[in-house]
Amino acid sequence: MGRSNWIPLLIILIFIVVWEFACGWFSIPDFILPAPTEILKTTIVKAPILLHHAGVTALEIIMGIILSLLVAVPMATAMFAFPSVERTLSPFLVASQAVPVFALAPLLVIWLGYGLASKVLMAAIIIFFPITVSLLEGYKNCDREYAVFFGLMGAGFWKKLRLLYWPWALPYFFSGLKVGVTVATIGAVIGEWVGAQKGLGYLMIQANARLQVSLVFAAILWLSVMGLVMWIFVGFLEKRIIYWR
Amino acid sequence: MLSVSNLTKKFEDLTVMEGFDLTVPRGSFTTLIGPSGCGKSTFFDILTGVFPKDGGRISWLGEDVSDLMGSAAYMQQKDLLLPWLSLLDNALLPAKIAGIDGNSSREKVSALFSRLGLNGFETYIPQKVSGGMRQRCALVRTLMFEHELVLLDEPLSSLDAITRRGLQALLRLLQSEFNKTILMITHDIEEALLLSDELIVLTPMPMRIRERFVLEMPKTGRSSSPELMKIKEHVLEELEGDSNGTV
Repeated sequence: MGRSNWIPLLIILIFIVVWEFACGWFSIPDFILPAPTEILKTTIVKAPILLHHAGVTALEIIMGIILSLLVAVPMATAMFAFPSVERTLSPFLVASQAVPVFALAPLLVIWLGYGLASKVLMAAIIIFFPITVSLLEGYKNCDREYAVFFGLMGAGFWKKLRLLYWPWALPYFFSGLKVGVTVATIGAVIGEWVGAQKGLGYLMIQANARLQVSLVFAAILWLSVMGLVMWIFVGFLEKRIIYWR
Repeated sequence: MLSVSNLTKKFEDLTVMEGFDLTVPRGSFTTLIGPSGCGKSTFFDILTGVFPKDGGRISWLGEDVSDLMGSAAYMQQKDLLLPWLSLLDNALLPAKIAGIDGNSSREKVSALFSRLGLNGFETYIPQKVSGGMRQRCALVRTLMFEHELVLLDEPLSSLDAITRRGLQALLRLLQSEFNKTILMITHDIEEALLLSDELIVLTPMPMRIRERFVLEMPKTGRSSSPELMKIKEHVLEELEGDSNGTV
């Protein structure tokens, strides 16, 4: 491991040590700010409960990613293929991001219920935008000389899309997907806060009401780890698929 | 025969060409040479459909066309190899797009790879091979076009002298063995004299034909021909005069 890899770990370690000592030094009660060792203890002791709820949240996020991909990829492609579609959809796309997801969450729970569907849709709404915009940008960034060259070979739009534009846009697509999976937890958790019976967001609300702050932190820790794992997994896929970079 | 008549192109107040005429006989190797910025590349951009022409006619084999999109092979300084495809798949691309990438096309590419010293590199991606090998792969791809007409836009200008010499021989092959009609742009007068059946010297913008040389002597042993040396000196003087005029 290089020196540059140690620096972030060292900073995190220093932060945790300072936090631990500050809690003891200032006698901060656990229901205000638990010490890192207390959070770790809760994470281990409550592991079965956390795992159960984390599984639900992970499922919501994964289904949200799949749903957003099913919509974002065809939409970005249609917007690229037909400028009139882009002109029509762009304002709605931007407007969809201007509306706070907190405002949408209660509506989605009313419409889709307390089950998985409303959380999956919340996660999908958040992931959908970076993927669509990045993929569209990737298509548009294709070097014009290549497009002309494909035209000279007699390729129509759909052949160009398959053989040129899509592979060209893949690095952009993965950049969008990395952003998407990182923020996907936000959508799922907000959905769970508004109305759910399972999930880490639900667990956080329940623990918060009982002043079990260390459990809230443990849930946050799990969410962070889930986000990190998904980010690393997408990075791994990116390296495998975009082997030419 | 490729025929261009009365071709006009303007960009706002800038007249790139007005009433430009050119004839490229079928099966010939014609080279255009001219001062930098005279409009050669714009002319190719019109032929390849990047820019629409403002006036005039383009015809190929007696048929009027708006551009040569889908009816000409094209090779330029930038090899335009796709970084995600192997050299073999890059060379097969024209056949794949035409829907004829079967065994016969693969055999044809393999034979050309052997001939051009690319044997054993079929599965390499372009980033893993030298610039000369990339350009040779681009040349194989050009040969895989079914089209008779080939447009070459300074195809060898980014290469070192030795690689360039080898590829010049291959360009001659392109014409003689594959019966292609070739129109090339170059800045290299020696390259033009070695390869061409006809050399066309262009004026600064607005582009028109200044002088035309029909080179009838055999292409082997041209480098030592006193007649060609005289033409070279003459063309260089003209081009230097143009560039002095623009400074």
